[in-house]
Amino acid sequence: MSLHSLSVSELQTRLRARELSPLDALDALEARIAAVDGTINGYLSRDLETARAAAQDADVSLPLGGVPIAIKDVINVQGQPVRCASRILEGYTAPYDATVISRLKAAGAIPFGRTNMDEFAMGSSTENSAFGPTRNPWDTGRIPGGSSGGSAAVVAADEAFASLGSDTGGSIRQPAALCGCVGLKPSYGRVSRYGLVAFASSLDQIGPFTKTVRDAGLLLNVLSGRDPRDSTSLDEAVPDYTARLGEDLRGVRLGMPKEYFVEGTDPATDKAVRDAIAHYRSLGAEIVEISLPHTEHAVGVYYIIATAEASANLARFDGIRYGHRAEGTTSLLEHYGKTREEGFGPEVKRRIILGTYVLSSGYYDAYYLHAQKVRTLIRQDFTRAFEKVDAIICPTTAEPAFRLGERSDDPLKMYLADIFTIAVNLAGVCGISLPCGFAGREGKRLPIGLQLIGKPFGEVELLKIAHAYEASTPWHRERPEL
Amino acid sequence: MNADFDVRYTAGLARLNLSDEEIARFQAQLDQVLEYVDKLKQVDVSGVEPTAHANPVFDVMRGDEPAPGFTREEALANAPRQANGLFIVPKVIE
Repeated sequence: MSLHSLSVSELQTRLRARELSPLDALDALEARIAAVDGTINGYLSRDLETARAAAQDADVSLPLGGVPIAIKDVINVQGQPVRCASRILEGYTAPYDATVISRLKAAGAIPFGRTNMDEFAMGSSTENSAFGPTRNPWDTGRIPGGSSGGSAAVVAADEAFASLGSDTGGSIRQPAALCGCVGLKPSYGRVSRYGLVAFASSLDQIGPFTKTVRDAGLLLNVLSGRDPRDSTSLDEAVPDYTARLGEDLRGVRLGMPKEYFVEGTDPATDKAVRDAIAHYRSLGAEIVEISLPHTEHAVGVYYIIATAEASANLARFDGIRYGHRAEGTTSLLEHYGKTREEGFGPEVKRRIILGTYVLSSGYYDAYYLHAQKVRTLIRQDFTRAFEKVDAIICPTTAEPAFRLGERSDDPLKMYLADIFTIAVNLAGVCGISLPCGFAGREGKRLPIGLQLIGKPFGEVELLKIAHAYEASTPWHRERPEL
Repeated sequence: MNADFDVRYTAGLARLNLSDEEIARFQAQLDQVLEYVDKLKQVDVSGVEPTAHANPVFDVMRGDEPAPGFTREEALANAPRQANGLFIVPKVIE
């Protein structure tokens, strides 16, 4: 097995046995990146010199000692560029570390590389990057999902051992599903958002992409915890997220929401997920049919709340304190208008306009306040479901990866790509996607993702349930041919 | 279809210039999105409290104590234009 194919925990075993050094690990990644990233375009930039210096000093006895981790271009790493794959942040250098980065560094990890994404995390395909799309390692004519498409693709293509992404409506789980890796969205308030460039503050959460469920637990151990600099991070105990991996599933109840098993789901996806459910039954879990009755309204609620919050958050890009500044303007209003016209791409503009509209005088109650009330009903659906079951099981996406360009001109169709992931963010619960099979398309194999949804702050149980499946199925060991 | 939704006017509120071509395209695309979103109006929300975010956390307090922040140089390091240790802004007052 080549070095770049190792999981984080396999890499750690070798680092701690001194069979190889953190520098060897970095060099192996760099060689892999040189070989395949010209095709994948998962990375926007890398600072090998800084990473090598950190690798030289790395203490491999620390929880993630000497492990390089790729970072989505929306998270601040001091001294590195942060562009959110947008022209408006061209030239920006992070003056500080996000809390997740301070935590990774304190745990001995090495942030290495900035991964591509949909501009400001707005999109489901990574085609909205100002720096060109990322390609799916399983079929380079297809999208990797989004918005954290770069973070998913570099893990799937063995160009990273693990990466960080952010998930506002599915932006970790959906690309993890389409690229065939593990993607975890923690409960809202589990991981600090300090230093994450804000998209929709009531929904955003940082989480890991990994090759295995165990690795997701190892990273979550380091990322989690209360941060005084994010008042929405909660003061909940941080357990060892790997402690219960390997426990059996006797007594575990999994809920199958009937609203997630409907017409319109790709037959191969539907079959793979139903096979996974049968597999869980064989592992001793009890399967219970449940209902999340407000599911059909989740996408509508999301595109009101997320765009409203985005329009407020993106007001800070004014061309004065940082980022792109339009030249030759003669008034303040012209300065703002032209700076933002030149700096933002089309999807960001669309969402700013929609968000501004739903917050504007006369429409606030009809759209924004109404959506916040429907959001309450969606949350209550999950609260009721979790009175009956330990976790919810369903597809991550309705179909495997679509072709590049297939939906670029149809925003509504693109928004519906997130139909199975969005409610999790609205409810603030946790969710994970893990590989559960493949769909054959035009001679290529496209990964299918299984989504498990857990109770708020129930990541220990969620990872235990996910691990039991992974440990008894072959999917996570499959690699694309590159 | 929402007859009141005007991309040109709303973009002005958002301090966002758009070309005529963008205005026409976004109007058609967002009319379609709003038509979809309008289905929400069928949901009966009488007596339902709004959710602003997912966790029941209110009034998080911290000590009002000075802590180190950016130096002037650090704060200005990303400014597209600066002079004499200050940000340069467009003329605001006639």
